[in-house]
Amino acid sequence: MRDQQCDYVLKTAAERGVRMVRLWFTDVLGNLKSFAISQNELENALSDGMTFDGSSIDGFSRVQESDVLAIPDPDTFQILPWGDKSSTEARVFCDIHHLDGTPFDGDPRQVLRRQVQSLRSDGLSFYIAPDIEFFYFAPPVTGERPVPLDAGGYFDLTTRDATGDLRKQTIRTLEQLGIPVEYSFHEDSPSQQEIDLRHDDALIMADAVMTFRLVVREVAAQHGVYATFMPKPLEGVQGSGMHTHMSLFRGDDNAFYDPNDPYNLSPLAKSFMAGLLRHAAEITAITNPTVNSYKRLVPGFEAPVHVSWARNNRSGLIRVPIPKRGNPSATRLEYRSPDPSCNPYLAFAMLLAAGMRGVREGYELPGEADANLFELGDRELSRLGIGQLPQSLSDSLRVMEESDLAREALGEHIFEWFLRNKRREWRDYKTHVSQFEIDRYLGSL
Amino acid sequence: MIVVFGDPVSTELARTLDLAGYAWKGVSSWEGAVDARPATGWAGAVIDLTVDAEAAWAFVRSLRKGDSDPARTLVLVPGGQLADLELRDDLFDDFCLAPFHPSELEARMRHLMAATVTVAARSDLVVYDDLALNLETYQASISDRPLDLTYMEYELLKFLAQNPGKVFTREMLLSRVWGYEYYGGARTVDVHVRRLRAKLGEEHADLIQTVRSVGYRFGQSRWGV
Repeated sequence: MRDQQCDYVLKTAAERGVRMVRLWFTDVLGNLKSFAISQNELENALSDGMTFDGSSIDGFSRVQESDVLAIPDPDTFQILPWGDKSSTEARVFCDIHHLDGTPFDGDPRQVLRRQVQSLRSDGLSFYIAPDIEFFYFAPPVTGERPVPLDAGGYFDLTTRDATGDLRKQTIRTLEQLGIPVEYSFHEDSPSQQEIDLRHDDALIMADAVMTFRLVVREVAAQHGVYATFMPKPLEGVQGSGMHTHMSLFRGDDNAFYDPNDPYNLSPLAKSFMAGLLRHAAEITAITNPTVNSYKRLVPGFEAPVHVSWARNNRSGLIRVPIPKRGNPSATRLEYRSPDPSCNPYLAFAMLLAAGMRGVREGYELPGEADANLFELGDRELSRLGIGQLPQSLSDSLRVMEESDLAREALGEHIFEWFLRNKRREWRDYKTHVSQFEIDRYLGSL
Repeated sequence: MIVVFGDPVSTELARTLDLAGYAWKGVSSWEGAVDARPATGWAGAVIDLTVDAEAAWAFVRSLRKGDSDPARTLVLVPGGQLADLELRDDLFDDFCLAPFHPSELEARMRHLMAATVTVAARSDLVVYDDLALNLETYQASISDRPLDLTYMEYELLKFLAQNPGKVFTREMLLSRVWGYEYYGGARTVDVHVRRLRAKLGEEHADLIQTVRSVGYRFGQSRWGV
């Protein structure tokens, strides 16, 4: 299979006159990294991989050995639909290996690959559909607040929606890259957008999210504006999330579906959801990895705060959407806390690991919380056994540190590096004196 | 030299080929065939489907796609698996029912090997409306715009475009396009169809139609509806 794929890639590169092939991979923080090779090197790269010095890539550094090997995944070879027509470029995602060929433990793509593969022994496949939100702003000026491009609101379709053309071109580019879009619309906040992707296999979807973030920024830059996936760029309006819809399939059948259950949920779906709920706090540092992420997770802005589930309650962490026309294959869980600043490989891997821990250990699903949780007092919440998500990056890291689940799923290397890196981020934040403090205290104290 | 796929090659088959005077080499994997390939290439191939049909079809598929593609391929197929030949016409040139009668196999081999051009020249171009596929260069285009497909997207589109108007179940597409080695089940077909439609673009997305509760059809149905 790989031989035929490589052959296809080589022929395509030659036929289409590809000048440069960009080898893509992702660092532990979720930044897309790339180095380019010429078409002449491609055959060599496909068969033996390309060596590079990984020591300056975030999360790749090791003291003893800094050289690693990028091995292209030929199934992800794709001509890029932008740039100079006279020098066509292509990209291919890579898995990172040690020089001896063993998988490199600092590579997030392999963390997800490992989780997805361990699912195969259960005969299951993991499907994901993310709803990605982001903002457009005028080009940033250092020290100034970001300036939105319009004052449009949810579903607006008026001239106030100055961002409609941007969105349209973004979608066309995504589709050329084989990333099908299900819905797109102007979101609630000024020049905030939402684009919902159609479900796909988890690893392919993580690749797609990386491509997505680049395409959005690329199209924005072409129009002289700026796109950001920062979770909460504007105070007082909704932030950007990445609600993640999940399902497990056994062959052709949705393993989450059970026609005889009042919720149409199978026992597998229930224990998977119980796993997500029980381990939610432990994986929050991964799904919400920045200081800013926690400014989104506050009451009043349609972001989850409480660890609960319900069918149609947008104040909880997990929503079980009611499928159109009772379509069994659309039965799924929507996990609502992640934001688009996360590393999608690590986030999807942790969601799968948490859910499957619930399945393997037969966790019991707590009752549905269909009340508006923001209106309940602390005592009422604790009576219902409903906890809260961590309130800050610092809280998240403290819970993650104690988590065997996170350590096991991420592997020792990424687990330790991530905690170290993010603790440093928290320390930097803690020493910062903010405008809030100046305004509040300077005159009165 | 003829390459014979069988694991192992049955004594009956070995004897028939020997008696008929063919030089042959038995292999049990594609790698084996690559290693043993004579400098002048294989003159023909005999593939025994009786022991492990999945492995055998994967072998034929590789054979057809490899550079060492022998012009003449014969498959030995058990009567119960005749349906497996359907829609695989491009993979073999002749077949013989197994268990075979030695003189029949010999006659078929003689005919196959003697013909100067045994295979009707396989066309390198598949065209349907605005869609064109060049099978030689792997390139696809729609309304003269190049379609940049991944390998499996290309293979799926090629298969569909070669069989326009015909309805395929997802299982059929999985076994004919991916072969059996693929993990992930018929959902795989759905996500690939979606990606293909996205790349074809809005105006051409309906080239691949969903036939409710059955599967997919490329182009118009034979009844024009």
